[in-house]
Amino acid sequence: MSDVKISYYDGTKSVKTIVDEEVPYPDGKLIVSRTDTFGNMTHFNQAFVDMSGYGEDELLGKSHYILRHPDMPAAAFADLWNTIKKGEKWKGYVKNLRKDGKYYWVYAVVVPNVRDGKIVGYASVRRKPSRTKINECVELYKTMLAEEQS
Amino acid sequence: MKFTMTVSPDFSPDHIAGWYVFNTWLQIQSEQSIHLELYNSFEKQREDIKADKIDLIYANPYDASMLIREKGFVAIASPFQKSDEAVICVNSESDYTCVEDLKPGCTVATADDPQVSTIGMIMLEPADLSSGNITVDEFKNYVMVAKNLISKKADAGFFLKEAYDDMSKFIKSQIRLIVSSQISIIRHTFLVSPNFLENSSLDEQGVRNLLNSMHETEKGASTLKSLGFEKWDNQDHEEAEFMIDLMDTLID
Ligand SMILES: Cc1cc2nc3c(=O)[nH]c(=O)nc-3n(C[C@H](O)[C@H](O)[C@H](O)COP(=O)(O)O)c2cc1C
Repeated sequence: MSDVKISYYDGTKSVKTIVDEEVPYPDGKLIVSRTDTFGNMTHFNQAFVDMSGYGEDELLGKSHYILRHPDMPAAAFADLWNTIKKGEKWKGYVKNLRKDGKYYWVYAVVVPNVRDGKIVGYASVRRKPSRTKINECVELYKTMLAEEQS
Repeated sequence: MKFTMTVSPDFSPDHIAGWYVFNTWLQIQSEQSIHLELYNSFEKQREDIKADKIDLIYANPYDASMLIREKGFVAIASPFQKSDEAVICVNSESDYTCVEDLKPGCTVATADDPQVSTIGMIMLEPADLSSGNITVDEFKNYVMVAKNLISKKADAGFFLKEAYDDMSKFIKSQIRLIVSSQISIIRHTFLVSPNFLENSSLDEQGVRNLLNSMHETEKGASTLKSLGFEKWDNQDHEEAEFMIDLMDTLID
């Protein structure tokens, strides 16, 4: 167990406890959440709440970065935001941080919610990733993080 | 003017009679002449949709996307507490206990149901399986899928959860479920065409009122029972749009 200080894109910082233990993705489930155009959560399903370890009231209206794991390179999220702001679909593997400090891996697909030609929000649907893909990302993200920190 | 109603070909054979009863009920309530056309293939039904031959449809979520976004259909209601789930089964004597036990090169049996195939393939992803490294054999119906598992021609089979639940005890004793989807947000939806809204005596709210209060009369309630659900759940435009966004995340 260790405490890590995380700085977010919007300038806020927080200290999070990290526990090096994976929580397995529940078979057959999709983890769904929806945000406004700034990335603040407006809706989520039960699987989202259960896997995050937070209570519903702790999540509603909060930024998705509440799940940000320090092992994730910033470039991955920069790519996510660049893609969805253009109105396109983003797909990628994400290591998420739970309230209890443990982590879970997801394969996420994020889409803009386009209504009458305008982006009104975003939705993310996560599914169970394969172990091979997770292992590839562990290596890739390590290299990316090292580059970002150098 | 005569209108045509149809039902997604994945309906359970147990409910065929129910759809005829529903059609009669709807004709009386709406005072419109409606012909029920049932298809046993998704392909033929899609051709008729493309040719604008359909006015009312109980559509699977896959087709609902196309009907709403490309054809201007309006979503009215979905069955209450009934979502479209898929399951993967194997032969009960096989050694497979989870999806990860299935290996590249295996054979998967499926019915011609785009929705179930999509969810089934997603449930195979954790095993690094995709259409590129497995053989997918498509059959006419779920009983055929089960038979292929039982005869060990296929390693795994995709089923609509409802179709699996309705299988006979004899079949179920010879196959084993290894994973079941719990998606809950993706549902069949009753849609009406722009043509129906323009040329029938009912507007959108009129159709909504009919379906949403259907369970309140004895005749309506018994008709719903023969369709296999309790009542209709209103679907507004935004709910339908959001379901389509979610479907979009599941399709490449
Ligand atoms: C719909 C949607 C879903 C998101 N889901 C996650 C998520 O599950 N985990 C995560 O760390 N970031 C997620 N993000 C990205 C966050 O908004 C944020 O960019 C990220 O956590 C990195 O934080 P930072 O940009 O403040 O550095 C999501 C964004 C959107 C729009």
